[in-house]
Amino acid sequence: MIHSLFLINASGDIFLEKHWKSVVSRSVCDYFFEAQERASEAENVPPVIPTPHHYLLSVYRHKIFFVAVIQSEVPPLFVIEFLHRVVDTFQDYFGVCSELMIKDNVVVVYEVLEEMLDNGFPLATESNILKELIKPPTILRTVVNTITGSTNVGDQLPTGQLSVVPWRRTGVKYTNNEAYFDVIEEIDAIIDKSGSTITAEIQGVIDACVKLTGMPDLTLSFMNPRLLDDVSFHPCVRFKRWESERILSFIPPDGNFRLLSYHVSAQNLVAIPVYVKHNISFRDSSSLGRFEITVGPKQTMGKTVEGVMVTSQMPKGVLNMTLTPSQGTHIFDPVTKLLSWDVGKINPQKLPSLKGSVSLQAGASKPDENPTINLQFKIQQLAISGLKVNRLDMYGEKYKPFKGIKYMTKAGKFQVRT
Amino acid sequence: MTDSKYFTTTKKGEIFELKAELNSDKKEKKKEAVKKVIASMTVGKDVSALFPDVVNCMQTDNLELKKLVYLYLMNYAKSQPDMAIMAVNTFVKDCEDPNPLIRALAVRTMGCIRVDKITEYLCEPLRKCLKDEDPYVRKTAAVCVAKLHDINAQLVEDQGFLDTLKDLISDSNPMVVANAVAALSEIAESHPSSNLLDLNPQSINKLLTALNECTEWGQIFILDCLANYMPKDDREAQSICERVTPRLSHANSAVVLSAVKVLMKFMEMLSKDLDYYGTLLKKLAPPLVTLLSAEPELQYVALRNINLIVQKRPEILKHEMKVFFVKYNDPIYVKLEKLDIMIRLASQANIAQVLAELKEYATEVDVDFVRKAVRAIGRCAIKVEQSAERCVSTLLDLIQTKVNYVVQEAIVVIKDIFRKYPNKYESVIATLCENLDSLDEPEARAAMIWIVGEYAERIDNADELLESFLEGFHDESTQVQLQLLTAIVKLFLKKPTETQELVQQVLSLATQDSDNPDLRDRGYIYWRLLSTDPVAAKEVVLAEKPLISEETDLIEPTLLDELICYIGTLASVYHKPPSAFVEGSRGVVHKSLPPRTGSSESAESPDTAPSGVQAAEQPAVIPTQGDLLGDLLNLDLGPPVSGPPIATSSVQMGAVDLLGGGLDSLMGDESEGLRSDVGGSPAMGGGGSFAPAPSTAVPANLGAPLGSGLGDLFDLTGGVGTLSGSYVAPKTVWLPAMKAKGLEISGTFSRQVGSISMDLVLTNKALQVMSDFAIQFNRNSFGLAPAAPLQVHAPLAPNQSVEISLPLNTVGSVMKMDPLNNLQVAVKNNIDVFYFSTLYPLHILFVEDGKMERQMFLATWKDIPNENEAQFQIKDCSLNADAVSSKLQGSNIFTIAKRNVEGQDMLYQSLKLTNGIWVLAELRIQPSNPSFTLSLKCRAPEVSQYVYQAYETILKN
Repeated sequence: MIHSLFLINASGDIFLEKHWKSVVSRSVCDYFFEAQERASEAENVPPVIPTPHHYLLSVYRHKIFFVAVIQSEVPPLFVIEFLHRVVDTFQDYFGVCSELMIKDNVVVVYEVLEEMLDNGFPLATESNILKELIKPPTILRTVVNTITGSTNVGDQLPTGQLSVVPWRRTGVKYTNNEAYFDVIEEIDAIIDKSGSTITAEIQGVIDACVKLTGMPDLTLSFMNPRLLDDVSFHPCVRFKRWESERILSFIPPDGNFRLLSYHVSAQNLVAIPVYVKHNISFRDSSSLGRFEITVGPKQTMGKTVEGVMVTSQMPKGVLNMTLTPSQGTHIFDPVTKLLSWDVGKINPQKLPSLKGSVSLQAGASKPDENPTINLQFKIQQLAISGLKVNRLDMYGEKYKPFKGIKYMTKAGKFQVRT
Repeated sequence: MTDSKYFTTTKKGEIFELKAELNSDKKEKKKEAVKKVIASMTVGKDVSALFPDVVNCMQTDNLELKKLVYLYLMNYAKSQPDMAIMAVNTFVKDCEDPNPLIRALAVRTMGCIRVDKITEYLCEPLRKCLKDEDPYVRKTAAVCVAKLHDINAQLVEDQGFLDTLKDLISDSNPMVVANAVAALSEIAESHPSSNLLDLNPQSINKLLTALNECTEWGQIFILDCLANYMPKDDREAQSICERVTPRLSHANSAVVLSAVKVLMKFMEMLSKDLDYYGTLLKKLAPPLVTLLSAEPELQYVALRNINLIVQKRPEILKHEMKVFFVKYNDPIYVKLEKLDIMIRLASQANIAQVLAELKEYATEVDVDFVRKAVRAIGRCAIKVEQSAERCVSTLLDLIQTKVNYVVQEAIVVIKDIFRKYPNKYESVIATLCENLDSLDEPEARAAMIWIVGEYAERIDNADELLESFLEGFHDESTQVQLQLLTAIVKLFLKKPTETQELVQQVLSLATQDSDNPDLRDRGYIYWRLLSTDPVAAKEVVLAEKPLISEETDLIEPTLLDELICYIGTLASVYHKPPSAFVEGSRGVVHKSLPPRTGSSESAESPDTAPSGVQAAEQPAVIPTQGDLLGDLLNLDLGPPVSGPPIATSSVQMGAVDLLGGGLDSLMGDESEGLRSDVGGSPAMGGGGSFAPAPSTAVPANLGAPLGSGLGDLFDLTGGVGTLSGSYVAPKTVWLPAMKAKGLEISGTFSRQVGSISMDLVLTNKALQVMSDFAIQFNRNSFGLAPAAPLQVHAPLAPNQSVEISLPLNTVGSVMKMDPLNNLQVAVKNNIDVFYFSTLYPLHILFVEDGKMERQMFLATWKDIPNENEAQFQIKDCSLNADAVSSKLQGSNIFTIAKRNVEGQDMLYQSLKLTNGIWVLAELRIQPSNPSFTLSLKCRAPEVSQYVYQAYETILKN
């Protein structure tokens, strides 16, 4: 099982260590540092690193490496999933997950980590349970604690720990009872030079914020549940009912949670809401090239495309770019060779464009590779897959809750090759 | 007011300051001080000097303070064992606390204090907690047993905690069940033979119920445990699969992958015609695809596993090619894995798409990735024949880009394409030649030279091209030098008139001016060949080469099957069995996929009355084990036989026979691509000797081994006297050299004067010396085990073989095998461990005192129920009754009575196996009919079939 955890920052300092079994010397991280040096970028550090006596499994989040040390055969996904849970918990507790925040709350962090694993076995990883055991720090509580001498460690067994619904505590009370659901879809796509789609798929999630009194039992039904053939559920969803009736039936956790995530595969036809026209050429012989991109909407079901952001990694040979955008602002970083253009909204009547010239290193040969254009955008009130919630019903409690549902489509890894 | 204040230090000295604060009367100050201590601890500062002061704070009602002190204790108790005893009382007291949280906390912390002295005091509280009324305490106590086991295994066993833990598997609370399973699995990992998780249908049912209700982590433990179960038939396998499939929709990817493991393993037992089989296949694809949309680290692990899954069952993901397309900002480790899977999934249907993608990748920035993409195009050409032409033109396009590393990589793969499709794409040679100058990597240069040499007759200026390389001969790497030598010889054989000077030049460079023995040897051989018999030289050097295989990097099937059992583990990430790398597991359990059972099996063997299923219901003569997991234990137990170091291979080659040794090295060289049929390379040589020809695989110049000759001798004298041994089959190759890194093992079994032995011939067909041999058997039906270690007195030099007779006994541990006479063997040498299995003839187990009294025989014959009788036909045997009888007696089958009924000879015979099973036989011989009828009666009818086989073998040889 998981032996130890080391938190390492970008400059290679170990700023926290926690051991759940015997203490493993931090020199074990030297193997990690070696791998880190070999990798060109932090993202490229391999997630599994063998050392003579241990294995190091790591994730890189918020500019921090979370390095777990294991000694025996443990499923690596188990470890990586757990590390993600640690990151999520920190974020939940402190708002952000950063080195500074962790250092500022080091004792709470240590106490939380102790609660999460026992002898390397996961103990309490649900955030509602953890928060009952170790209360998250707030300014008010810190002041109160200092005056009254009370603690931020709960002394009662959290109710959720052993119940059949470990994700929900009993005795929840709200004056305003509300249940909001966000259907968020991300399009991952690769578009080739000519503008045709090579592959496109949708990663969707339904995130919920449920603040309901008591033990409500909810059912959520869809207009077109057939779209969902590849789904992962929160443990609260009753799988049998989904199998037989295609209805989501569940007792929700309290607060924010991800109800389900789904995947609409490349085999279905995925609508692509934007297109990019591009004309990028690095002329040989001369040291000037041409650069021109236009972004336009397509298949948006009448909704506005906003928050558009275009980034592109230029080849090493590019010295500078002189560009004029028709709207928005752009930056070219001559060191990292990264071009980013914050476009904003797309107005279908006046398509945004970015035109200009590229200056290349004199004498050097034409760059071999073509830059790929990375696109980000948002479309409110639209789930591009066409998924629609039919209705939400509540059983088990008498009051009438406020209900709400929001749709949003975003670009995930949306890439246009040139 | 943040915790960073705990890091500030004062001038007086931190430790001193903290000491004072810890001993303060004010509670608040104490707590703050402990927090400071903990903060120092988290960054790796040594604060162990404060041990007594911190422990003094333990007696408190304040839970936070208590927890903090516990945190400290866990870290430092080991360094201060005497002081740690101070804490025991508090633990014992806390274990009685009315608050379950405190009880659980105490039992949890107790286990983390890794001090031997303390553990004894903790047994009583732990025992209580394991039976606590509160499930939260019980589940914590379950983990504590694993902790304690890690510290003092003997104590845990003596105190009976393991049994209590096993009882917890039936606990009413699913969380307790999950933790008990997790704890038992961890304990079992360090004691692979202990059989702690004795799974049976009842406990499986409990686990499946708990699976639905426990936490995600618990589900992983339970699924991993389920994967070790061996269902008794296909119906049970199906019902488990049905109950596991909902886990595929879990949000936790580790749960998903563990569920995939269970399904992949149990699917093996399902018949492919079953509707359910198809349904299951369909259900497996979406979760695997979903794993690829997770974070890159998860993707990486998923991809490594998918790589195994597509090799085992390509049909699952054959339509999902597109999800493996690479995004330019994927981390490099994800890119490379995706590429690998793309090639595995490439087929005629999707090749166009794949090629377009690969071409795109070949223009990316990352050099490693680009190289692999170019290589992938070549692999596609070799794999999908219809696409070869398109692949070649894509490669030519890439060569036109003139990007140096792309060109070099392309030339390397084009060489392979030529090997696969000879005489088809030679038109591109001209383009390749244009790029000759830009090649600076040895592999690319060697490939180019090979092409020039191979197609010398079509390249007008081949001699000029090769001559240009020759100028810097000594600066080239060995690979290029060898290639250049061969290419020029080829050129000479094709165009002898113009190139005589060139060939002489290269031969003298290779033989006279080079220090490299390989190069020198190859040079001499060519020289000798060319000077003695140019026709033979032509036949050897220009021999037609075997085509290269389609998929070059597939994992070997047995290893693949084993790895499928390890889906989701580190082994699956490294594509190596855990035995190859996991440290700390004291023994290694080899997992294997379950055999396909059910109706299909009986169809395969219609003429054998007792089938495997039936045998299990009989009163067990052979103890049947729940799991058929082989445990070929680690081989380090046997004493390694070490001898004096001997001469290296190259010296030996020179000494024995320049031609023979040199030829071997020549033929064995992979890069050379010159595996002609004439000589037969050493690596391939073993292939031909699968047939039971007596030891043809052993090189003739070493003398024929004696074993087979002896066998023949016994054959002639068989049946003459009881003192001679029973029939010995000629040796057959058990482990071909190809599978065992050059070690070839052939052998047979014999029985002489009451002792069984395994006669082996070990042949070293590798180019390096082998030593440190050891052997071990897996548990088998009759408990066969080596009675002495494998004695190889001197290291085995290349091309040498050694004969060994390994005495066996039958006192080893017993496990029923299928087939019954299957024996799994592990052989170790200094290079690796190899596994093979063989069938032993049952007659080596027939003991000398197998003659039954007449009366006894009659009574027993009547006593054994008729359904235990099995009849067989022995065809084409021309011996008469007396010859039969004496021949059989040589193998300890004793004739008790002979009767003549209506012109037929009836022989009544008995034999006894080493484990005391009696087999009674009635053999009917008709003088005019060459086929005998054999009726066998035995209380353990599953052996009958093998006894019949023994009869056949003895009578026909």
